[in-house]
Amino acid sequence: MRARALFKRRELRSVVDRTKSIKANDILCFSTFRNEGVRLPFFMKYYRDLGVDHFLFVDNDSDDGGREFLAGQRDVSLWTTRDSYKKSRFGVDWLNWLQRRYGHGRWTLVVDVDEFLVYPFCDTRSLHALTDWLDTSSVKSFGAMLLDMYPKGPINAVPYAAGQDPFEIASWFDSGNYTIQKNHDYGNLWIQGGPRARMFFADKPERAPALNKVPLVKWDRSYTYASSTHSLLPRGLNLVYDEWGGEKASGCLMHAKFLDTFTSKAAEELSRKQHYANSHEYKAYYSSQNKSPDFWCKWSEKHINWRQLEILGLMSKGNWA
Amino acid sequence: MTVGIVMLVHTALDRAAEVARHWASNGCPVVIHADKRVSRPDYTAFVEELSDLPNLKFSKRHRCEWGTWSIVGAAQTACELMLSSFEDVRHVYLASGSCMPLRPVSELVDYLAARPRVDFIESATTQDVPWTVGGLDSERFTLRFPFSWKRNRYLFDRYVRMQRRLGYKRRVPLGLVPHMGSQWWCLTRQTLSAILESPDRKIYERYFRRVWIPDESYFQTLARLYSVSIESRSLTLSKFDFQGKPHIFYDDHLQLLRRSDCFVARKIWPRANRLYATFLTDSLAVQRRAEPNPGKIDRIFAKAVDRRTRGRPGLYMQSRFPNYGRENGVTSAPYSVFAGFSDLFDGFETWLAKTTGSKVHGHLFAPQEVEFSGKQEIYLGCLSNSAALRDYNPYSFLNNLIWNTRGERQCLQFGPADNQKITSHIARDPNAQISVVTGAWSVRLFHSNSNFSDIRKSAAQLQKIESEFLDVLRAPATKARVRIWTMAEFVESPMEPLQSIIDEIGQRGPRRLTEAPKMVDLSGFGQFLQNLKNQGMHPHLMGDFPAESQKHQTPQVLSKPYLVK
Repeated sequence: MRARALFKRRELRSVVDRTKSIKANDILCFSTFRNEGVRLPFFMKYYRDLGVDHFLFVDNDSDDGGREFLAGQRDVSLWTTRDSYKKSRFGVDWLNWLQRRYGHGRWTLVVDVDEFLVYPFCDTRSLHALTDWLDTSSVKSFGAMLLDMYPKGPINAVPYAAGQDPFEIASWFDSGNYTIQKNHDYGNLWIQGGPRARMFFADKPERAPALNKVPLVKWDRSYTYASSTHSLLPRGLNLVYDEWGGEKASGCLMHAKFLDTFTSKAAEELSRKQHYANSHEYKAYYSSQNKSPDFWCKWSEKHINWRQLEILGLMSKGNWA
Repeated sequence: MTVGIVMLVHTALDRAAEVARHWASNGCPVVIHADKRVSRPDYTAFVEELSDLPNLKFSKRHRCEWGTWSIVGAAQTACELMLSSFEDVRHVYLASGSCMPLRPVSELVDYLAARPRVDFIESATTQDVPWTVGGLDSERFTLRFPFSWKRNRYLFDRYVRMQRRLGYKRRVPLGLVPHMGSQWWCLTRQTLSAILESPDRKIYERYFRRVWIPDESYFQTLARLYSVSIESRSLTLSKFDFQGKPHIFYDDHLQLLRRSDCFVARKIWPRANRLYATFLTDSLAVQRRAEPNPGKIDRIFAKAVDRRTRGRPGLYMQSRFPNYGRENGVTSAPYSVFAGFSDLFDGFETWLAKTTGSKVHGHLFAPQEVEFSGKQEIYLGCLSNSAALRDYNPYSFLNNLIWNTRGERQCLQFGPADNQKITSHIARDPNAQISVVTGAWSVRLFHSNSNFSDIRKSAAQLQKIESEFLDVLRAPATKARVRIWTMAEFVESPMEPLQSIIDEIGQRGPRRLTEAPKMVDLSGFGQFLQNLKNQGMHPHLMGDFPAESQKHQTPQVLSKPYLVK
């Protein structure tokens, strides 16, 4: 897989390279995107506020101005490619290469532009507080489950505007319908469930998307993401859970996928066939009779803060106090 | 008379400088020891920054490594410099660069001035110390530790193991009783100088150089030799997690720290701007004479350790997925499983809900769909009633349901027609109360309109499934509260068993059942069983029903509600 990353680096063309300004203790954020211009302003603001010091993006052939927007940001380094997202294993190969090159010895955060990291005390402590604490605890990876957020009502009822907090619209989530299995190949947990499973995969639950993620890692050049950010090599990095009854600290990746931008995205992605498992997921969305699904039900939980997620048992403070 | 502060510094020099300036400008002489690993230019800048303070000195630098003698050596050198340079120092306070005073300096000075002969040093014998981490307590004093734990863990461990196997033991110097405690202490000039100027210092030093983590034992042991009055506690608030690492304080701990009334706390996160800004200004000097009271902080950190080591019972999530048998509670709360009852009684679920005030579901593991209470399509936590989703992972389904409904007792119906994958899971769960009336599923068949050959076939099948279920419940590994009756004995006197089940659920306080659920019409049931027998199928789970003799007796008894005494 490392060889793949080395090979795939040839597909990347630098647009802006500000990596010289990266300092030793900086936290780096890696992300890849395609035509997500409307999401980028809030994404940048959110992670800057958390304490990310430098962003490294791969643009997959956008034509909506997103690339130009990012090129103008002082803390961004940007690459672009026209090659296949699918053939780069959904961007993982590109980012593995960039992480290997710039992430060695630093804390790296790999997220999509619609994923927003929430961790214990994130309203009062910066990401540096978390990574410093993980460092003193000799912990190298931090798990954060993907939490699908959705609006009340059809998802394209309220339009999303650039710069807006997406969770003003998509402020609901499923609190307790997740299934967990251990994946013995990689030693990670395989978590499925949530609104997508109950709406689109009730007849074939095994195909429901994986929600387990390990987005925050103290990177070493010998590490690689094996399958998106769901699992890593070496396997020990996937052990973000305790097996003896205790709780390790963990966070959530709040997923702002289900906004009005979603339906057009689903159609586009389906025609490009560039997504996971032969776009099975998108097919399921698109073929569901209702083109603008309403995930909301009377048991949906309205998002308040990280403490709520911790009380519900979706994430944990572990022994961080 | 005043207090001298000895600071051991190795990182976050800017913060250390701020704190040192705070102490010094409030009249406390300061001696700083900076680790030799701090680079030359950083150190020079550090010294330069503090050069305007007349009562601040730097001691000779040692290269410090955690767990080794070097830290004690550094403290000794700095203390010697403190005692010789500042005549009016009566107490010496050992602090680190990440320590921070929480109360005005004058309060600490007054507190110590009022206790001029008291040494504040946590010091306990190895037998009395439960908090050592890593399993080395008394062996710290009797083995040798030439290898670094941080850099050479392999050799460290091997060497310890070898010494254990050989039965090697060092001799503790005569007159010493090993004591341990927090490395952050405050000693009087008398005690400290007695330790440093002891004629036996060389002997003790030679011994402690090879002791594991001597900074937690050298001063703690020797203070016992020379002190006239030891208060065995540290004035520094310092909490450790389950791996022996100090907890760190952040901005959001501000109120907590303020209310603790402790004099000094560590470790403070270097970027905790608000803490530094608040505590390093003496403007909030409200003269309180309160004793340090870290109780609330203790509780918070104790809870954190508990969460990390034991976790929330019955919770399965991304960072807690216990191995089989290590769950500390298979599920999070008690619940009840009823097998056969809804076949035997009309409206059993409604009756149960009314009597117990708990949430009563139908057959949650029914093959067609999940029968949530009130036939809801989606239930608490957004659990779906899709049988496929449930059967994909029935354990997760049940664990989720019980977790989602914490605070409200759940009851569910179960039977041989349901998905049986869950049986061993509930059987080993101490939270499960399982009540079975065996063979009661046959009542449905008895009332059905199917051909008798089909009835016979499914009776045989259901009986086999229920037998397996009973085997699971009767296995020695079962931890659930299990009650089993044959249908015949249950029908004989249903109130007593029902009463004991309801009492155990105990939602509404102990009280007598006044209203019994209405039993279905069983006239002719004995003949029905006889017919099954005549067809070659042997229905044994129902118990002994006489063929026709008591034909009308059972429904009669149960049609009128009555009290059981």
